[in-house]
Amino acid sequence: MSRLQVVSGKGGTGKTTVAAALALALATEGKRTLLVEVEGRQGIAQLFETEALPYEERKIAVAPGGGEVYALAIDPELALLDYLQMFYKLGSAGRALKKLGAIDFATTIAPGLRDVLLTGKACEAVRRKERSGRFVYDYVVMDAPPTGRITRFLNVNDEVAGLAKIGPIHNQAQAVMRVLKSPETAVHLVTLLEEMPVQETADGIAELRSARLPVGRIIVNMVRPEVLDAADLELVRTVPRSSVARSLSSAGLGGARRGGHAERLVDPLLTQAEEYAERYALEHEQRAVLAELGLPLHELPLFAEGMDLAGLYALARELREQGVS
Amino acid sequence: MSRPDPAHTHDAARPHLAPARLLDIDPLLQDPKTRIVVCCGSGGVGKTTTAAALGLRAAERGRKVVVLTIDPARRLAQSMGIDSLDNTPRRVKGIDDSAGGELHAMMLDMKRTFDEIVEAHADPERAAAILGNPFYQSLSAGFAGTQEYMAMEKLGQLRARDEWDLIVVDTPPSRSALDFLDAPKRLGSFLDGRLIRLLTAPAKLGGRAGMKFLNVGMSMMTGTLGKLLGGQLLKDVQTFVSAMDTTFGGFRTRADATYKLLQAPGTAFLVVAAPERDALREAAYFVERLAAEDMPLAGLVLNRVHGSGADRLSAERALAAAENLEEPRIVDQEGGKAVLRNSPDTQDSSTSPTPETPARAAGPASDGGSPAEDAEDAEDTEGIEDAQAPGSAERSVDQLTAGLLRLHADRMQLLSREQRTRDRFTALHPEVAVTEVAALAGDVHDLAGLRAIGDRLAADERELPDPSAMPGASA
Repeated sequence: MSRLQVVSGKGGTGKTTVAAALALALATEGKRTLLVEVEGRQGIAQLFETEALPYEERKIAVAPGGGEVYALAIDPELALLDYLQMFYKLGSAGRALKKLGAIDFATTIAPGLRDVLLTGKACEAVRRKERSGRFVYDYVVMDAPPTGRITRFLNVNDEVAGLAKIGPIHNQAQAVMRVLKSPETAVHLVTLLEEMPVQETADGIAELRSARLPVGRIIVNMVRPEVLDAADLELVRTVPRSSVARSLSSAGLGGARRGGHAERLVDPLLTQAEEYAERYALEHEQRAVLAELGLPLHELPLFAEGMDLAGLYALARELREQGVS
Repeated sequence: MSRPDPAHTHDAARPHLAPARLLDIDPLLQDPKTRIVVCCGSGGVGKTTTAAALGLRAAERGRKVVVLTIDPARRLAQSMGIDSLDNTPRRVKGIDDSAGGELHAMMLDMKRTFDEIVEAHADPERAAAILGNPFYQSLSAGFAGTQEYMAMEKLGQLRARDEWDLIVVDTPPSRSALDFLDAPKRLGSFLDGRLIRLLTAPAKLGGRAGMKFLNVGMSMMTGTLGKLLGGQLLKDVQTFVSAMDTTFGGFRTRADATYKLLQAPGTAFLVVAAPERDALREAAYFVERLAAEDMPLAGLVLNRVHGSGADRLSAERALAAAENLEEPRIVDQEGGKAVLRNSPDTQDSSTSPTPETPARAAGPASDGGSPAEDAEDAEDTEGIEDAQAPGSAERSVDQLTAGLLRLHADRMQLLSREQRTRDRFTALHPEVAVTEVAALAGDVHDLAGLRAIGDRLAADERELPDPSAMPGASA
């Protein structure tokens, strides 16, 4: 099992939720995981129903069996100062750089550097050891940028290593790439059973593979339960309206005659069934597309009432049962 | 399609809803004074599709429109009849141009836009030096953030060309779409900043009055940067920055102008969201941020709103009825049916004579029961079966009907959830006008699909056009 688990996906597919559930799942049975947020949206704090996370590794949840989940929202500015500190012990010089706008420059104007810092920080957490030689975190789960940017994001250190051909930055960049391109890392993609996210997933996988970054699993999120099966949908097309009206009436929903309560329900209900049928067909197509990508495929259920802490634990359980952790 | 479109009756689903101000799209699009429409919102809410649909609608109402998209799905480009969009606006064919409008579309190519600025503002020799600089190549190829600057630059360019009546902009899918607004300020402050002077001419600084105290710090800094970045990279960065400084000298002026353009009355911001908690939370953030920046917000586009043609049947009753169809034995024994019959909603003259429908007894619920119960089931139904002889066909109709009712219950729960989320937003931001776009079952593939979205964007749902004219509406 890779120790750095990167979770990406198209916007709106719930990658933060999946990353959080994965961190919980991996923490089960006494393990310690670090959940890293890089996009500064405080999505993790919202999910775990805590106040905004500072730039500090902080315990936010316990997993069944005594495991612990820590979370870290990486602030690029502070990460840069960290980084300078790490290499040069630049206490006051760091502050001077900040005054000059160098920190702003590094973290916003040259956004490539921002990505360097974010990936660097995550890899540092992966490699960090206690005095005893044991890893501080058994797993690091990263709530990463969306699919469209993930390859570039993870590969940024390759470019940096190419730009800075010698020196500590070069070495650091290479060290990060060694982690990211090794089996220590797995990049998972979250998708929905819809055309655009599935297309983006396929494109993202191709990009990751051509950059020789290790692709992990596809996680299909928010899968709706099957209410009507193929046989039902077949019947929807042929069933006489009057039979449905009679059936509704027998269930206590009013009269089956023309204009009766039950009779007036038939059209709207069948319309909804047709919409369902269309989506059902689309979902089947998309499942087939995903199956062809040749990666482990997992499905997580939709929580109709929206995601909360209980739902998060349920998803974590689901991930464990499916052998993701 | 003879069945009513759910969108028609959509408003009936929320009769008790305090009506938010209605966002009227057509007057906005048709007003010649509207020159720029900016669509912002979090990822995955249909922002790009909304931008394209607005562009098409405005063009078919006689305006000369260009849609600037940042990262459209391939399907969307194809839906506008363009295989691949590039950095130059392309005319979209197949629109209804009887009103004299035109639709053009382009996709932002960051590197190309960056290169063009360099080529336009530097002499050929210097331009070649910049374009060949490794630092430039890496930056311009588009890391997170560069997109925003270039989108801003492109918008300024398009507006300056004055070839179009209306520019519809889709903002980048960045971590915060309003990086778009911050971009010029940040770049401006960078270009005016001391760092750039340090990098471009560190030697000059020492001589300046009042800068002496910085001198020590400066040399330490350049020394540090040199060590940190490696000598060659520092040189590359210096070359790049100094080249950029001269090249982009006018950038700040242009960026400021674009920023002011966004605040001007000819601009309208639309915040796009889906009726989901996270998307609306982001939307609220955009609304607040736009207000803080004095940016003119036209309203909120709420995409993918669901409706139901049978919204008078509550989720609870639909579920109870479904159970009634699936587990008739329990209902019979507990007299559940009598209760249902007497409930005011079902007081239908034709109800009372309806005989016990035996088929209900054979619903799937009897599967998996204990043998004893199964036997009882069989006894219960036997006599009636003789009388009415329900075939397996009727049994499956009941099963199907139960499924239809469960589907409906799901839909009603979704409706009330969407309504709650929306209500929370309108309670916090009553000043924001809202238009709701009924959900399509499938994805948009062509101009007809975009047009259908445009219709939904513009229409008060009660006055929607004939659903048969709306492809994908309920098919």
